[in-house]
Amino acid sequence: MNFETTIGLEVHVELKTNSKIFSPSPVEFGDQPNANTNVIDWGYPGVLPTTNKGVVASGIMAALALHADIEKHNHFDRKNYFYPDNPKAYQITQAEKPIAHDGWIEVEVEGNKKKIGIAEMHIEEDAGKNTHERDHSYVDLNRQGTPLIEIVSKPDISSPDEAYAYLEALRQRIQFTGVSDVKMEEGSMRVDVNISVRPIGQKEYGTKTELKNLNSFNYVRKGLAFEEQRQQRVLMSGGTIQQETRRFDENSGKTILMRVKEGSDDYRYFPEPDLPALEISDDWIKEVRDSMPEMPANRRDRYVNDLGVTDYDAMVLTQTKEMSDFFDATVNAGADAKMAANYLQGDVNAFLNDNHLDLQDTKLTPDNLAGMVKLISDGTISSKMAKKVFKGITEGNEPKQFVEAHGLVQLSDPAKLQPIIDAILADNQQSIEDFNNGKDRAVGYLVGQIMKQTHGKANPQVVNKLLIASLKG
Amino acid sequence: MNYFDKDLTSLHDDLVNKKITAEELTKQTFANMKQTDQTTQAFLNLNEDEAVRTAQEIDKAGIDPENLLSGIPVAIKDNLVTKGLTTTAASKMLENFKPIYSATAVEKLAAKQTINVGKTNMDEFAMGGSTENSAFKVTTNAWDKTKVPGGSSGGSAAAVASGQVPLALGSDTGGSIRQPASFNGVVGMKPTYGRVSRWGLIAFGSSLDEIGPITRSVKDNAVALSAIAGHDDHDLTTSTKEVPDFAAELNEKTTVKGMKIGLPKEFIGEGVDEDVKNAVLAAADKYRELGATVDEVSLPHNKYGVAAYYIIASSEASSNLQRFDGIRYGYRADDVKNLEDVYVKSRSEGFGDEVKRRIMLGTYSLSAGFYDAYFKKAAKVRTLIIRDFQKVMEDHDFIMGPVAPTVAFSIGAEISDPMTMYMNDILTIPVNLAGLPGMSIPAGFSNGMPIGLQLIGKPFDEETLYKAGYVFEQNTDFHKKTPELGGQA
Amino acid sequence: MANNISQDQVKHVAELAKLELNDKQLDYFTDQLGDIIGLFETLNEVDTTDVPVTTSVSDQLNVMREDVADNWNQKEALLANAPETENGYIKVPTIIDESED
Repeated sequence: MNFETTIGLEVHVELKTNSKIFSPSPVEFGDQPNANTNVIDWGYPGVLPTTNKGVVASGIMAALALHADIEKHNHFDRKNYFYPDNPKAYQITQAEKPIAHDGWIEVEVEGNKKKIGIAEMHIEEDAGKNTHERDHSYVDLNRQGTPLIEIVSKPDISSPDEAYAYLEALRQRIQFTGVSDVKMEEGSMRVDVNISVRPIGQKEYGTKTELKNLNSFNYVRKGLAFEEQRQQRVLMSGGTIQQETRRFDENSGKTILMRVKEGSDDYRYFPEPDLPALEISDDWIKEVRDSMPEMPANRRDRYVNDLGVTDYDAMVLTQTKEMSDFFDATVNAGADAKMAANYLQGDVNAFLNDNHLDLQDTKLTPDNLAGMVKLISDGTISSKMAKKVFKGITEGNEPKQFVEAHGLVQLSDPAKLQPIIDAILADNQQSIEDFNNGKDRAVGYLVGQIMKQTHGKANPQVVNKLLIASLKG
Repeated sequence: MNYFDKDLTSLHDDLVNKKITAEELTKQTFANMKQTDQTTQAFLNLNEDEAVRTAQEIDKAGIDPENLLSGIPVAIKDNLVTKGLTTTAASKMLENFKPIYSATAVEKLAAKQTINVGKTNMDEFAMGGSTENSAFKVTTNAWDKTKVPGGSSGGSAAAVASGQVPLALGSDTGGSIRQPASFNGVVGMKPTYGRVSRWGLIAFGSSLDEIGPITRSVKDNAVALSAIAGHDDHDLTTSTKEVPDFAAELNEKTTVKGMKIGLPKEFIGEGVDEDVKNAVLAAADKYRELGATVDEVSLPHNKYGVAAYYIIASSEASSNLQRFDGIRYGYRADDVKNLEDVYVKSRSEGFGDEVKRRIMLGTYSLSAGFYDAYFKKAAKVRTLIIRDFQKVMEDHDFIMGPVAPTVAFSIGAEISDPMTMYMNDILTIPVNLAGLPGMSIPAGFSNGMPIGLQLIGKPFDEETLYKAGYVFEQNTDFHKKTPELGGQA
Repeated sequence: MANNISQDQVKHVAELAKLELNDKQLDYFTDQLGDIIGLFETLNEVDTTDVPVTTSVSDQLNVMREDVADNWNQKEALLANAPETENGYIKVPTIIDESED
């Protein structure tokens, strides 16, 4: 029996706003428990929510980045359930009329491009956090009311690799809008996954299972791959799939049954009467569209076609908006594009990885990187010297000043180099004979002597040229 | 000090002319309140120390001669949160709850230099029409202590009617200002939805709730509404429309001449007490005599108002009252072993029967499989009810009718029969569903108990209602009669 | 009219609303709710074809707050009103069913 797989992904993304979605409390992390809460966040008797305009603007931008249609007349709904981190016992979300629907993003798996549909995208509030210790739980409402967007895929994803590629493309596109950090490790991106398989040719979808504890894109792929195989084995052996929630175990790479779902939850959704409906004008959409940063795919095309960067480098440079913006600024500051690309995906990335830093947390600036690249291009410094200069600019130094302060200027002036060459040749008659006898090795030895004499500052290309001329002369 | 013969204007004159200080007025108000409240039982919680302190400060600062409310004692319904002053909504759930902020309406009154003397009794979470659903006490009607004061703002209406305070705030979700005002022979205004901020009003039915004043006279009421109304950044459903000085146009020149009044035949039909009906017809004649025209109109969907209302209000309430879960504030049951116990025991012990009934009705109306048949259907019928009003208002200035089908009934008579109790609201509910302003003014008596006349206006046209109410009041004597406290019993 | 809702349905609704009813309450609530739901059923007489819903009568549309953070510094006052707290957290008995993440 051959099977086809259907995967559904629900992605929650935390928006980077100043204040919460329905209260003016600050959105900040790492503060003392409940420090960023007020009567609204606690669901006090008599409080009312107020919609944050910044959240709606971010929602519109995310929707545009996902090629989704904006629902111009939309509203909020209440989703009712009791839980200690849910103070009103209802979450304000969008169910009936989400802000956007019918979007898509393009993914590439093994060279094949495919459009994955997005069913809908809505805006809602996050819950607080419960921590559990033996016989008690502790509630911190700092996160309560943090704005979220939820992006629900259409049943277009048919393999774990496609799911991975979808998440990567989604993360990138959202990241480039600037509305969120989209970091799974920090919880600003969270993924709920469901998967079903069915024999090829069967019309209705198979019974789906939900997977939990997928804390990275890799785990999503691994968990789905395991679950895909498991479901196929169950069906092949004549069994049936139960509607259940399974937990991914990072150590074994397996999914483990958490609970079987009985019926569906009854959230008793209804329109939120405390908030006026939203009417999103064409002008507002245009305003957001005009302010939207260039998307990664467009940037890659531009880098390859206009700047002569390789496909691979273009891909690496567009992993994050910070990197891509940095590259653009470096090129705009006059650096050779290919050389800037090399440095960013080579030395800069190595530096970031070694120090566990994000680009925006360093003292590196596009101007200084461009300055260094220009010094290399015009022969002022050698690529070897550049290693020292690079360290200098990671510490915030201006490259030209750094080079001068450390005497790193390359000796390229023939008028200054020729006397040194003449002196070295005068002391190395044997090498001249070797050269005349066709032993090219001698050149290397002589260059080495000259470099030694100049403490490595001589420009090797210029030395080479002058030396060979002298030898032949 | 009782307020039977005093209105805001005369009190203000006394204060400005230093015939009495705000402190003396406040102290005399408490002296009278404490005595009369032994019978009336209108108050849940007195704010005496703070009130006297506030009065002293106002005296020190001086009475504002331009502000009729300066130095005036007021009472606040106990579902409006008052910072530092226990606010219970008449529920065991909030028996010892001390709010950490105040409602906008309360703050606006305070900004006008009024003096909050205490919190008035009500039906628990404003659910009921007799104030018998209070978890704490039974308030009596000012005119007869064996009769209910109406509800849910029964405490506020009884406090004004018994001369304890000249002004009290109430809230009205399905008639909770107008019906107790009617039962106690005072003036009660439910303003247009969105006229007064709901920030700090403990929510019952969020798309229906509105705060309004209860007073002895129409003019006093107009003064109070101008003080509490207006857009509030805390309540995005409040209107940005300008708030008129409603009292400015109420004087000897005010007239109803040329006004067109609609009298819906459904409002004086079956189920409406004969005395009530006759009082309304007499009022119609009075308006004709004063130069207005009154003609019969129809609100064909009115009879479905009660069903639609109890679905919508209960649905919203079931959601609004979920926050009372024993975790962050309010009542938590003692013998709890796990989280489920905290929820179930706290809520089962903290809420009274009527609240539980509404929560269950609402939960049922929203639950899977029933949403379309109940909530959605009711929301569509609501549209038809609104259209009925719009049609009549196209060629009428306002609508008149009774507030309630009967006068105040006996304490205990209907409490075990929720269905009958719900049907009492049939004439007030449609006004909330449509979000219109509605006012009750005294218009007669039946066996010594007051009858209220309801005036219903166009959205944000409280002005016309005040004018019409004022002219009626100036040309009748019903408001001049005062109860013998304790009544005939 | 008592057949409009069964005791099992009332029990289910009470569970959703986190309320527990004793046998006596279950009896009278079932009767009372049945009567009222009977009243609700009268709405079926109304033709609502093509009639839109009304869920708010506010005259406001599209009103929002600017994205400016303002900490009201209410933490201590809020914690003081909570039945049980520890180290700045709200404390609750253990959550047995881990139904959310």
